[in-house]
Amino acid sequence: MATSSERSPPPFPDSEDQDALDSEEVRGRESDEDDGEELFLSATNTPMAKEESPSAPAGLLVDLLSDPLIEPLSSSTNKPSSELFEGLTNDTAVTAGKPSVEASDEFVDILGSEAAAQREEVDVTVEAAAGDKGETSRGATDLLADGETRSAPEQEATSAAPVMDLGGLQQPPASAKVTDPLEDLLSDPPATAASDAHKPSGAVVDLFDDEGSDIFTGAPSSKPAKQPQKSLFGEADEDLFGEPLGAVSKKATSKEQKEKSAPASAGEPAHIFTEEAVGTVPNTRPVSSKTNGIPPEEDSDIFAEATVELSLDSPRSERRKEATTKQPASASTSVSAAASLTKPQSAAVEELEEEEEEELEDKFDIYVSVKDPEKIGDGMNAYMAYKVSTQTSLPMFRSKTFTVRRRFSDFLGLYEKLSEKHGPNGLIVPPPPEKNLLGMTKMKVGKEDSSSADFLERRRGALERYLQRVVTHPMLLQDPDVREFLEKEELPRAVSTQALSGAGFLKMLTKATDAVSKMTIKMNESDVWFEEKLQEVESADQQFRKLHALVESLVVHRKELSLNTASFAKSAAMLGSAEDNTALSRALSQLAEVEDKMEQLHQDQAANDTFSFAEMIADFIRLLGAVRGTFDQRMKAWQRWQDAQAMLQKKRELEAKLLWANKPDKLQLAKEEIAEWEAKVTQYERDFERVSATVRKEVVRFEKEKTKNFKRQIIVYLESLLQSQQQLIKYWEAFLPEAKAIA
Amino acid sequence: MTSIDESDKEKLRSVSVDLNNDTALLIDIPDALCERDKVKFTVHTKTTLTSFQKPDFSVPRQHEDFIWLHDALVETEDYAGLIIPPAPPKPDFESPRDKMHKLGEGESTMTKEEYTKMKQELEAEYLAVFKKTVQVHEVFLQRLSSHPVLSKDRNFQIFLEYDQDLSVRRKNAKEMFGGFFKNMVKSADEVLISGIKEVDDFFEQEKTFLLDYYSKIKDSTAKAEKMTRSHKNIADDYIHISATLNSLCAEDSTPNKKNLEKLSDLFERLRKVEGRVASDQELKLTELLRYYMRDIQAAKDLLYRRARALVDYENSNKALDKARLKSKDIPQAEEHQRQCLQKFDKLSESAKKELTSFKGRRVVAFRKNLIEMAELEKNPPKVRGSLFFFFPSLLTTSCL
Repeated sequence: MATSSERSPPPFPDSEDQDALDSEEVRGRESDEDDGEELFLSATNTPMAKEESPSAPAGLLVDLLSDPLIEPLSSSTNKPSSELFEGLTNDTAVTAGKPSVEASDEFVDILGSEAAAQREEVDVTVEAAAGDKGETSRGATDLLADGETRSAPEQEATSAAPVMDLGGLQQPPASAKVTDPLEDLLSDPPATAASDAHKPSGAVVDLFDDEGSDIFTGAPSSKPAKQPQKSLFGEADEDLFGEPLGAVSKKATSKEQKEKSAPASAGEPAHIFTEEAVGTVPNTRPVSSKTNGIPPEEDSDIFAEATVELSLDSPRSERRKEATTKQPASASTSVSAAASLTKPQSAAVEELEEEEEEELEDKFDIYVSVKDPEKIGDGMNAYMAYKVSTQTSLPMFRSKTFTVRRRFSDFLGLYEKLSEKHGPNGLIVPPPPEKNLLGMTKMKVGKEDSSSADFLERRRGALERYLQRVVTHPMLLQDPDVREFLEKEELPRAVSTQALSGAGFLKMLTKATDAVSKMTIKMNESDVWFEEKLQEVESADQQFRKLHALVESLVVHRKELSLNTASFAKSAAMLGSAEDNTALSRALSQLAEVEDKMEQLHQDQAANDTFSFAEMIADFIRLLGAVRGTFDQRMKAWQRWQDAQAMLQKKRELEAKLLWANKPDKLQLAKEEIAEWEAKVTQYERDFERVSATVRKEVVRFEKEKTKNFKRQIIVYLESLLQSQQQLIKYWEAFLPEAKAIA
Repeated sequence: MTSIDESDKEKLRSVSVDLNNDTALLIDIPDALCERDKVKFTVHTKTTLTSFQKPDFSVPRQHEDFIWLHDALVETEDYAGLIIPPAPPKPDFESPRDKMHKLGEGESTMTKEEYTKMKQELEAEYLAVFKKTVQVHEVFLQRLSSHPVLSKDRNFQIFLEYDQDLSVRRKNAKEMFGGFFKNMVKSADEVLISGIKEVDDFFEQEKTFLLDYYSKIKDSTAKAEKMTRSHKNIADDYIHISATLNSLCAEDSTPNKKNLEKLSDLFERLRKVEGRVASDQELKLTELLRYYMRDIQAAKDLLYRRARALVDYENSNKALDKARLKSKDIPQAEEHQRQCLQKFDKLSESAKKELTSFKGRRVVAFRKNLIEMAELEKNPPKVRGSLFFFFPSLLTTSCL
């Protein structure tokens, strides 16, 4: 499995991959006792191996996270198809069929408690736990495999969904319970962290943070940083399912069975999570946190209690105790324990979902074009209007094709609206091209030269790409303003976009204050991922700027070359006319013609440099600015949270003072205020978490889009280059006989 | 200090002029040393002529020695009817040096790799200038050696044979000014002479042709130089772009890294192609035009000398008429007139021959160079070949 995962990218879509089958078979025959463990270890080890390979972190993340989850899944679903296991699976189906219902009930409870215990252990012994894993996981898997394998023979078992459904049908209580907490989980991580605010009980939360962030940062982080991640995966995962099921596994008879079903256990929960996450995530985090807005107090209290107890007892005995006696507590801890699990998993899911989303995006059948710039009006009041045509089959629009006229400030106005609405949430709102007073003034004066044509084409292209970016963003497309912009005949005039208007001045002022506050905010970044990304973005920004300047200078030089070639062509033609040798004269005028064509070639190439290369870079620079904007938004959210916390602290101190001064009348007010601020702190923290998650997702999306865009543009550019080179050769080829004809 | 070896020169040889190589006297410059502003050429001669003491010898010469030889030839009365091969231009290492200096100043703004590449580029440019310098000096000597009259020149033989430093007196300020003044007079004369009624149709045609051709070729040379420089600028831009892409690539951790890497590679290849185009054009086109610009100037000089002789003859005719009118000093005047006529006729005759052969030589040289250039541009040279090989792979791999 390890090898196959290394070789191939996540085999999710085609889990019937022969590789997976083969490796499955091989393992089955080997019937090695440590197989289950090996599976997990190998899965978690892959990142280590991968680290050397230069693959990008995103990809690595996918590999890393999806491997343990998806590979087993595929193996479990593949099982029925492989005859070798048919007998075995039937066996399991019979033996484990009955207990599955009750056992799974138990399982849900135990599931969490175990993990909680284990998580404690993770802190203390990272390696030690590995020892008893082989045993436990083997048992664990049986149970889960039951539901799985029973249903498996009946289906084709290639996609995750059917498996899930069947699992759900067969074990209604189990799946219900498992999914329930999960729903909470999506919002819980922040909640538990919030409780930390006034109950800083270190260990658990620390662990929590570390793991979470590490998993997300995954690839870029170094080996030591990966340690917690590995342990989380290896241990929490295994023990979670392993131990409680170990009890049940007494019923299971054959060892082989257990081993084989080991992957299944990992597979199933993965399913559940996947299902769940896919269900909720498309509506994105904010939604899920809203729907699951459970007051965090209760949960976290119990949680804290449980962990305190856990930390007191020895992990081993605690585990047993937990399993049998501490049902209610463990139930709640399971929530948080699973939460820690969901984090990595949801990351994997996110990746998966991202891919799905991408596919979806491709299916976003909407194409916006900006055409026919037209000057309207005269003098300084003149402006350019563009035809914005949309082609779509999306049902949200009234018709399939429609065209509206929009002026430049409308485009800016749209951006203003979108960035006001979505910016604070951490969305990367694609920025439109900047205002260009010089170019526009030229336009207004009415000079019709090549530079203004160039300017217009540049702007038109930039506007088109801007709109296309907006509509391909799944969330921005849903925005009513976008729809209005594309569909509505008349738009109210966007006033705030004028550079020299009062609104513009105000905007500048806010920007200035923003810049100042940005400088004053000192955020102690807890998340390495953000820190690194920000640095990456900043240096990329710098480099792209440099590159842009260089490409611009290339364009200038190319234009120069074109001019010089033209003048040489003229000169050569003159020389040809002056030449008294007829053949040489003819050859020289042919040379002049060749150079004339060359001039056109250089000119076209200069245009290509501009439109397919320089403009792309300019787009990136703008987008990188927007990305930085989202980082700033995140910082702002963080600042708000911190401020609220400070305020809460003050209120608490006040309360303490009042208590000491014995002023009950004011005390009541103070208490109310504290409650109010506590709510605010929670709210702001949740906001911050939400923004962080969105930013992260957006950045990942941005990078993907960037790569895609880059590729596309580069191919266009390359083709143009290739063509011009080929053309060049043709011209010279045609010239050669002329030169040879000189006698 | 720079020196070049034989193999480098092989491909540079034969540019611009096509010389009928006479095995009796073979001259080449196998080696040259560049010390600061001075270039020391080693002039190697291989001969079967008995007028030389040895059949094989080498002497060290400097640029000034070449100038001295040229001036000596120009000033020799007997060669007035010949096109004196144009003197090689003074070695100009200023522009690459300046650029090198500028590059050193801008070092901090570049990545190390970028700097190294730029430096290499400049060094290549410097070397090219150096080679070109050696080549024009060599061509000058070869043209002398292949000329039936000039190869017998005493000064030329001294230049080739005298194994000590020629230590030709450098021109002092007065002479420099004198030379300048002479040029002024000459150009004024040229204007005057161009107004003279030509008696011979051949020379009349030749005169208008050369004057016209000279202005055209001068213009073309300037334009070609500009064009070549533009190519070089683009090649330099490619270096910077490639380097920036490279550093972007180093920081990128997304799948885009591969694209950036490829693109950087592409620009590096493009640079080589562009650099190659620049140097090919420089060598085959610009250098050709430049050389014939100077050659035509030399031909014009010949016409000038002939016109001068014509004026002399006409003046002597006038003087004879005057003498006859006054019946005084008739024999001297007659003698003078006869001499002038003889000189003029001789000059005209050899000039006609020279100009005709010059025409043939020019056509041959143009043909050769234009073919070579077309071949170079068309037949993908190695670099472009690799580019074409590279393109498809780039396109397919980036279409992941």
